[in-house]
Amino acid sequence: MGEDIQAYNGGGWIATKLEWLINWGRKRSPWPLPYGTACCGIEMMCALASGYDMARFGAERPSFSPRQADVLIEAGTITLKMVPILKRIYEQMAAPKWVIAMGACACSGGVFRTYSTLQGIDRVIPVDVYIPGCPPRPEALLQALGMLIKKIEKSHPILHKRYSDFLVGY
Amino acid sequence: MEDLRERVEKCLGPKGLVVAMTECRGDLSVEVPKARLLDVMHLLKDTPDLEFDFLSDVFGVDNLAFYEKQKPKKKPEGEETEVKKEKGPPPPRFEVIYLLLSLKRTERLQVKVRVAEDDMEVDSVTSIWKAATWPEREAFDMFGLRFKGHPNLKRLLMWDEFPAYPLRKDYPLEGRGEERHLVYGE
Ligand code: SF4
Repeated sequence: MGEDIQAYNGGGWIATKLEWLINWGRKRSPWPLPYGTACCGIEMMCALASGYDMARFGAERPSFSPRQADVLIEAGTITLKMVPILKRIYEQMAAPKWVIAMGACACSGGVFRTYSTLQGIDRVIPVDVYIPGCPPRPEALLQALGMLIKKIEKSHPILHKRYSDFLVGY
Repeated sequence: MEDLRERVEKCLGPKGLVVAMTECRGDLSVEVPKARLLDVMHLLKDTPDLEFDFLSDVFGVDNLAFYEKQKPKKKPEGEETEVKKEKGPPPPRFEVIYLLLSLKRTERLQVKVRVAEDDMEVDSVTSIWKAATWPEREAFDMFGLRFKGHPNLKRLLMWDEFPAYPLRKDYPLEGRGEERHLVYGE
């Protein structure tokens, strides 16, 4: 009996519960930064609008300022001309931050295997969830958001800090 | 009314401004000397029974394969000095094509000039049709054609420091690994 109680005492218990609380807060409000650069952007707008209503899952407010966004939804083709701008937007986002690569173009360059197209945004920024499709349906984006929420639930913001968390000295 | 071919012939022919004229599936195409391009365009725009007042598009063409085939080949050994030369000098490698439309007569005409690889300058038609500014910039960006008299000849699609002309046929489709780096002012 005494040993059992001891197991629930001490710093470990507090850290775990605190992590649960932080994750609970984060997963309920993954504010997206809509970064639609091509046709997939239209599908993303559709998912944000009232028909599919992404706000049901906490993506309440599309944040057009990277500093107030948590999830970068990269929907569309990234040209090489655009790469420095994408990097800068990612770096401007405050940690913790996540990235959804939406559509074949964002995942791998899609049909555009050419001199002007980036062959997948994971070559320049880290990606958490990939959505295949050309373009993916809004349901797919909602599913991706659900997967991202599960990922946030499982993260350990105190015990295992992500590299991006270190950047702000969290 | 005579048909378009005769009218164009009558307008440009006597001044020696027609190099060749072809018709393909009802579309008339006229090739003109590069040095007289602006004269031709002014005539086509202002002659009363032509009145091509609208410029739909300007673009470049790279005839690399054709050009290489027509180039006189170097003979490996001097045994046979007689080279087959029935076709004359190789055609210039690039073409610039102007698509004109007459809104009053709803007729279309294609005007073509040939541009040699070592002299990429063409007169800009921006002084006649303002609409030519962006298409000419695109042709400059993709083929390296230099339009003389263009008010702002910068790259349109690729970034400014891009080192090549990507629509030339000797440029690989997947590029040569160029990357863009933003340069900030000091
Ligand atoms: S994946 Fe398809 S729909 Fe999406 S941006 Fe690329 S081409 Fe457009």
